[in-house]
Amino acid sequence: MSSNPVPSSKPVKSIDLHIGEAEPGCKKRDPILIADGVSRTFGGLKAVDVDHVEIPRGAITALIGPNGAGKTTLFNLLTGFDKPDTGSWTFEGRSLSGMPAFKVARMGQVRTFQLTKALGLLTVMDNMLLGAKGQSGENLFRAMLPFFWRKQEEDNKARAIDILTRFKLDTKKDDYAASLSGGQRKLLEMARALMSEPTLVMLDEPMAGVNPALTQSLLDHILNLKTQGMSVLFVEHDMHMVRHIADWVIVMAEGRVVAEGDPHEVMRNPAVIDAYLGQHHDEDLGADPSAEKEHVVAIKELLDDEL
Amino acid sequence: MIDWGAIFSNAAVELISPTTAAYALAALGLAVHFGYTGLLNFGQAGFMALGAYGYAISILSFGFPVWGAVLVGIGASVVFALVLGIPTLRLRADYLAIVTIAAAEIVRLLFTTNTFEPLTGSANGLSGYKGGFAALNPIPPGSYGFGPFEYNAYDWWLRIVAWTIVVLACLFTWQIMRSPWGRVIKGIREDEDAVRALGKNVYSYKMQSLVLGGVFGTIAGMIFVLPRAVVPSNYQTSLTFFIYAILLLGGAATILGPVIGSMIFWVLLSFFSGFIARAVEAGWLPFMTSIQAGQLRFILVGVAIMLIVIFRPQGIFGNKKELAFVK
Amino acid sequence: MIFLGLLFAALTMSTFSTLSASPAHADEVGTDQYDYVLAGNVQFNQKPLDGVLITVKGSGYEAEVKTGVDGKWKVGVPEKATYTVSLDEKTLPKGVIVAKGGSVIKAEFGLTKVKSVNFFLGEGTRVTVSFFDQFLNRFVNGINFGLLLALAAIGLSLIFGTTGLSNFAHAEMITFGALMTLAFSVTLGLPVWLAIIIALVLSAGLGWSLDAVIWKPLRRKGVGLIPLMIVSIGLSLALRYVFQFFVGGGTSQLPGSGLADLQFGPVRLSLIDLGSMGISIVVLLAVSYFLLRTRIGKATRAVSDNPSLASASGIDVDGVIRIVWVVGGALAGLSGILWAYFRPGVSWDMGFQILLLVFAATTLGGLGTAFGALVGSMIVGLFVELSTLWLPSDLKYVGALVVLILVLLLRPQGILGRKERIG
Repeated sequence: MSSNPVPSSKPVKSIDLHIGEAEPGCKKRDPILIADGVSRTFGGLKAVDVDHVEIPRGAITALIGPNGAGKTTLFNLLTGFDKPDTGSWTFEGRSLSGMPAFKVARMGQVRTFQLTKALGLLTVMDNMLLGAKGQSGENLFRAMLPFFWRKQEEDNKARAIDILTRFKLDTKKDDYAASLSGGQRKLLEMARALMSEPTLVMLDEPMAGVNPALTQSLLDHILNLKTQGMSVLFVEHDMHMVRHIADWVIVMAEGRVVAEGDPHEVMRNPAVIDAYLGQHHDEDLGADPSAEKEHVVAIKELLDDEL
Repeated sequence: MIDWGAIFSNAAVELISPTTAAYALAALGLAVHFGYTGLLNFGQAGFMALGAYGYAISILSFGFPVWGAVLVGIGASVVFALVLGIPTLRLRADYLAIVTIAAAEIVRLLFTTNTFEPLTGSANGLSGYKGGFAALNPIPPGSYGFGPFEYNAYDWWLRIVAWTIVVLACLFTWQIMRSPWGRVIKGIREDEDAVRALGKNVYSYKMQSLVLGGVFGTIAGMIFVLPRAVVPSNYQTSLTFFIYAILLLGGAATILGPVIGSMIFWVLLSFFSGFIARAVEAGWLPFMTSIQAGQLRFILVGVAIMLIVIFRPQGIFGNKKELAFVK
Repeated sequence: MIFLGLLFAALTMSTFSTLSASPAHADEVGTDQYDYVLAGNVQFNQKPLDGVLITVKGSGYEAEVKTGVDGKWKVGVPEKATYTVSLDEKTLPKGVIVAKGGSVIKAEFGLTKVKSVNFFLGEGTRVTVSFFDQFLNRFVNGINFGLLLALAAIGLSLIFGTTGLSNFAHAEMITFGALMTLAFSVTLGLPVWLAIIIALVLSAGLGWSLDAVIWKPLRRKGVGLIPLMIVSIGLSLALRYVFQFFVGGGTSQLPGSGLADLQFGPVRLSLIDLGSMGISIVVLLAVSYFLLRTRIGKATRAVSDNPSLASASGIDVDGVIRIVWVVGGALAGLSGILWAYFRPGVSWDMGFQILLLVFAATTLGGLGTAFGALVGSMIVGLFVELSTLWLPSDLKYVGALVVLILVLLLRPQGILGRKERIG
């Protein structure tokens, strides 16, 4: 919490995204993703229980909440990596319920992971090429005959170099991904996701475990996604990042959406402060006291920032 | 005195023997499964058994021509791969290991039981199916070759066919592994969720890999029985383990590794057992009988598997960086 | 119920020649062409049975013969090899069956050119009458088998739970217990109870030393789980042939394994069977007490649940794993001894024969859950024994393995396992 990285340029905020009051589940002017009644339980624990939520198009939306609020679980459900007990959701007007993860990705909704999944024993270039969609050489029978896919492969390579250059990874293209630093792997994962030309990019804690110097460039890259016309939904619990780049914030606690709104507004919402402070109130003794302290500090810093 | 010439020439013969070719091909199939895709197939013996029995039964019981019998064997192994893959490829990696090892045992027990004796010959196995293959031989009868490599026309024909198949399979595997298909396959080995998140149908790719490697195993099973008879006890779990030993020796994610691994394995094994057997005869190892000498080589294989995995996991030909070990 | 009727036939050529007066049909086949002869005499309650079909097969040769009025048959065979001789039960009179040893016999020539092959006939009907009794007998056998599998399966499951290793060398830990008992009781002539105790101590020691010499250093080295599993496969192979190197390929009996069966209503059991079940139950209860009530046992379960958390809360993870190996070794050894009495016989690959069943049991119950392994073992044990009521006995393991695959299909986490959370 010591550093306070900000994007290098002042971000252009998208405004006027919602219709009516900024309350949990409020309507958006142009939603890209709409979820209804999504719930998921593990054992007896209700990890996710969301009545209604809409993600705006062409904006950067942050999904925040304390640990165990169900953010990653919701992410997994929306991207087809986990199956919900109930619920339905649509992406660009098409239903995604029960659709396997790979089809979700093909429709243009691409995700990254909290624990980076760079494919270590593939080169950086191979990682990138894997992201490209509709490759005819990925069919076993055409794979045998290079003339079916060589041209496409060259085009994809050119595009990969282009993206890698933007992410300053072009010099590493022939290295194994395993040799990259943690931050570089995060960048690679994001760059790889871009190879599939997504319309909605879903980033699961993109800043976790990245050193401050790289954090700034990561923030810039996220902002760039928006300028290139993509919508972004990202999970984060460091609220500083959220305030600087997000156009809209959705707050989850105990599996539910407890608040929504403009980042500056939402931080003042009592439900949000309650969610962050209140999570340990009814836990038994022996729980980690440092965690609570951390959240108190986080909230304090937030309030300080607002002044 | 020990006849070193005989020991060396017996060992050299293994270099191009059809058995070496069969093991190389089966190991190449495992390389596709394990080395490239990260699938833990412990049932390669089952695939080989299906090839051997599919071929022999088609010819003996149904009078199929050679090509028909080959297709029956391949068809059986495709079905087998689907049956194994459909329930398990969605589950954790170790489940595939348990299911494949169990399924291979089921296959072996079904071929061993007396219940189907008219078809399978139960424990005695099958023989007398080589006529069709021998009839295709274009080489005029006679003996050819030099030194230890002197064979009759059938033996040469068998060796030529076997090694041609191995070379073709290697070329094929090399080509697809450097294609975008191979890239997806290797990506799945590294992290299947990441590949799924990029829009690839991981389940389908794993299935393709399982079928492909299984078909290699099946064809290997056919090559394996052409110089001998079909005997069910050959297809025990140990067979799969030997093939793993060969694969690990050569390098799991390599094309030539399985082939060179198989040659080294058989040449060394033959040399070693030849040497020990003659040393026992010559009275150099008074504490050992000749039967015990035969068992020594299996002990050696077991120890070799352990040492390779611990000290040189990439095998002889594997790239140190591309350790090719599923985590 | 089966009363053993016995039949016999050591045939000397002389008796044969005097009796071959007027056979109703050819009771001799191929005796003119070939030197080697398989022969037998089919009788029930001292009366010869006429017209029973005998088939001889092997070395690519096959012949059929029907017994003569004197109940005798004779088949000439081309070489001194192993032949399968089968008796067609359908050609026996009503109420007579092959009672013991089965209707198929493997015949191997000894030093002479004549080999006599005899079937033990009994009174009984082939399918229905004794079905319930058979079922009861099989059921009790299944429980016995399940209990001895459970001993091995719990050890395997504890090792998997605490270290993540699928230990293929568990098979050799099972064999080791039986081999040591054999060595100390038969070879060295100690009383069998003492030999068993020594064998168990040595088995525990084997578990300890495997961990100390191989597994702990590899854990330290950070070797992945799959390489570890392959190391265990190599170890299994090496140990198995080391055993064969020293004891050979044959089967030997432990003292007391030939004890007569006692009759409990319809169920026939020997004292050994009873003792085996008793010991299994006592040991399994002791293991449960250890896991549920003792500090070390609780620590074991904690390590199974989450090793890093356990280590963070001050549990000596390496110590716990060492104890698990010792306990696992002793349990596997005991399981091997009981398996030697159950089969019966001690051989170099006896552990490997049931390894897959032990794996099936642990997987069925849910990988890494000790009590799941117990439930899984009972299911496998019962299934293997009961399936012989319908399946030929050489297919009895097939049923259990098929069930394993079906369970994985329907309930992949196993019967008592928990669903894992993704992400």
